[in-house]
Amino acid sequence: MSPAAGPSPAGLAAELGHRARRRWGERAIAGLLFLCGAISILTTAGIVIVLFTESAGFFRKVPIGEFLTGTRWSPLFADQHFGILPLLNGTFLIAVGAMAIALPVGLTSAIYLSEYATPKLRGAVKPILEVLAGIPTVVYGYFALTFITPVIRTVFPSTGIFNAASGAIVVGIMIIPMVASLSEDALNAVPQSLREAAYGLGATKFEVSTRVVVPAALSGIVASFILAISRAVGETMAVTLAAGATPKMTLNFLESVQTMTAYIVQISLGETPHGTLEYQTIFAVGLVLFFITLGMNILSQRITRRFREVYE
Amino acid sequence: MSGERFAPSMRRRKRTGAIFQALCLASITFSIVVLVILLADVVADGAKWLSVDFLTRYPSRIPARAGIRSAILGSLWMMGLTAAFSFPIGVGAAIYLEEYAPRTWLTRILQTNIANLAGVPSIVYGILGLAIFVRFLGFGRSVLAGALTLGLLILPVIIIASQEAIKAVPTSLREAAYGVGATKWQTIRHHVLPVALPGILTGTILSLSRAIGETAPLIMIGALTFIAFPPTSPLDPFTVLPIQIFNWTAKPQADFHDLAAAAILVLLVVLLAMNALAIFLRNRFQTRI
Amino acid sequence: MSGRTTAWTALTAMIAVLPLLACGGGGDAGAGGLTGSVAIDGSSTVFPISEAVAEEFQIANPGVRVTVGISGTGGGFKKFCAGETDISDASRPIKETEIEACAANGIEPIQLSVAWDGLTVVRNPANDWATCMTVDELKRVWQPGSSITRWSEVRPDWPDTEIELYGPDTDSGTFDYFTEAIVGEEDASRDDYTASADDNVLVVGVEGDAGSLGYFGFAYYEESADKLGAVAVDNGAGCVLPSRETIESGTYAPLSRPMFIYVKPDALARPEVRAFVDFYIENAPTLVPEVGYVPLTEGQYAEQLAKVATP
Repeated sequence: MSPAAGPSPAGLAAELGHRARRRWGERAIAGLLFLCGAISILTTAGIVIVLFTESAGFFRKVPIGEFLTGTRWSPLFADQHFGILPLLNGTFLIAVGAMAIALPVGLTSAIYLSEYATPKLRGAVKPILEVLAGIPTVVYGYFALTFITPVIRTVFPSTGIFNAASGAIVVGIMIIPMVASLSEDALNAVPQSLREAAYGLGATKFEVSTRVVVPAALSGIVASFILAISRAVGETMAVTLAAGATPKMTLNFLESVQTMTAYIVQISLGETPHGTLEYQTIFAVGLVLFFITLGMNILSQRITRRFREVYE
Repeated sequence: MSGERFAPSMRRRKRTGAIFQALCLASITFSIVVLVILLADVVADGAKWLSVDFLTRYPSRIPARAGIRSAILGSLWMMGLTAAFSFPIGVGAAIYLEEYAPRTWLTRILQTNIANLAGVPSIVYGILGLAIFVRFLGFGRSVLAGALTLGLLILPVIIIASQEAIKAVPTSLREAAYGVGATKWQTIRHHVLPVALPGILTGTILSLSRAIGETAPLIMIGALTFIAFPPTSPLDPFTVLPIQIFNWTAKPQADFHDLAAAAILVLLVVLLAMNALAIFLRNRFQTRI
Repeated sequence: MSGRTTAWTALTAMIAVLPLLACGGGGDAGAGGLTGSVAIDGSSTVFPISEAVAEEFQIANPGVRVTVGISGTGGGFKKFCAGETDISDASRPIKETEIEACAANGIEPIQLSVAWDGLTVVRNPANDWATCMTVDELKRVWQPGSSITRWSEVRPDWPDTEIELYGPDTDSGTFDYFTEAIVGEEDASRDDYTASADDNVLVVGVEGDAGSLGYFGFAYYEESADKLGAVAVDNGAGCVLPSRETIESGTYAPLSRPMFIYVKPDALARPEVRAFVDFYIENAPTLVPEVGYVPLTEGQYAEQLAKVATP
């Protein structure tokens, strides 16, 4: 059929039918792709429904006041107590210790990479940080148990073989790359013109970095800190191996503690049967964990959006 | 004349700056030193156990006889099933969000939801998997339940990475296709996806390399302590490399710690290979437009 | 080759290779000819024996897949009575309530004794004062509501160091047995100690802390005897250390106890399960001592086999 002639009636009918089929096929594909996107909604719905319904069973038997304010956690014993504060205490110790390492090291690393480093150094250091970030947490748990704990015990002989310090240190190390890369992104986003203006007024590089660039990037930096804390709270394997299985209220890093995540693992290893109150503690503790991490993630997003300084 | 007044404070300011720079450099050195120590510790403990036998033998109560065969095969099965589940759905969702979704509040919620899911701790996914795949859907403590759980875990990351890759395709390419009468799906399938594919693959491989190191969700799904056989169907019980490492590390005998170190070396080599593959793909096929 | 083709090839190659590798290691029937699976769960104290048997059995019969878990004696029975496992490891006899739960599902458990254990009270090797404790002292330390936190509170002439306690959790048969034998009432125990279903955690704990005190199965002590110290138990007749002889003769009291596996007729009807149980009892005389427990006599093992002999 020559291009100039135009379609014949039969050909036109065929063409329209073909087009209709194609349109139907398009719709089907669009629908399929929408379903793929919807799976993420289903996942969130699943998490929320599972956590809430099983916890509801738990809270029918245990008053929520006792759960949130009680200082003894002994669900597996004849004399049951369901106060979550000891587990929160353990998680808090790990998070604080990890942040004490990750925040300063991560931020100063980011400042160096962003303000001082040559492109070659940057190209060499960034892959190293990525490797640190990519090491599985169970490897960090091994490192904590076989290297860090013995080192701590030579310095502080009274340290227990399971202790919060060991867990906190490796979680801190694990999180350094996250703080460094997110903070570096924030620092890089500060326009060069700000720096130039400060130099123009006679500031040294140190003053430019600390008094001009960091404050300008502060929202991104704070957001990265919060995300890092959220990650530390959710960390499981390293603390299960190194920090211990004793839920208690303490501020002593050299003692054995238990985090929320380690408790959940402990119950699963022991395989508490379905439907019992002990099984439901998994969901109650999981719910608290979910709320804390979700809250921090949302806070971090809010801070980035609300306080980001927009230039030009 | 005012130069003399400035000089001393200038010296002090410069000195503070030098100290600060040294501190920052020390931070970077700290990270590097820690990594070196960690790797050296693992190599020192585990190198002596590495051998072909180690890779082909099953776990045993006797350290000299122990190997990671069931763990490696379990990990491979897990990776294959996880990829089969999460890759199509992740890419599909990314295509939907980038190409089809209208710019409404619903889409924004979808987007935020995905970002939030990426930050949920992996153990919460384990809880979800336990309740839904193991119990509710009745898959039991099987490879399938584990793969679905890990698939959900890495799905947000795959979606975000794929979205970035698709976004990077220039609009001119799409416009050209529409201009010659292609439908939306034809455009996507024949023009957008091939260009975005290397970026999508890189993101998927990096996500899978994260999944292969995950322990906590799989412990919740079903970490039986002693498995000396590989899975032969998706409904079989399983063990994976990180769980084997965990079991051995938790034992009191030093020999088992060293076995754990050897298993860690194997895991790290696999991770390195996967990351190298991802970077290779990214660099090789980056600018093809 | 264009970028797209290479990418697709790489992807397909990766996914295609996986099942090939997996099939390479698949279970073939091999010499034994037996296929099938055996699911075992229960006591972590009995676990080392079951693990050893499972390992040797699978070497002889590569077509059978045996899994062993450590849900604890109580947890194991719950699964056994729900029909989820074929064999239940137990470090204490089955309770009435558990028998009823099994009966409700039409399951009649058959008890087989497999070994003797001397539940060992362990201390750190640096602890050279608490080499012997009376049952009463142990009770005072472990009873519910106990406020003893220092060694000097047990015996005034002992050092004033803190006691770090390690023990099994409540799903454990060892826990049930210890509380019954020492405290006098089953499941009656203080709850402020490091509780773990995983005995390895307890071993590591006691090894690490100078003032620690813990209890677990004899095999776990034997395995790490160079890093642990045993506490001799005085039941009124003098201090007795656990050892093969004292456990076998029963002089190590009250902490000598039999260990069991429980099987059921429906599972035994499957050839692989029957073969496994036979293998277990037949190889117990060698494997039990290797693992660190005390075997029964030949005659006693023959009796166990008779219990499951096909009529």
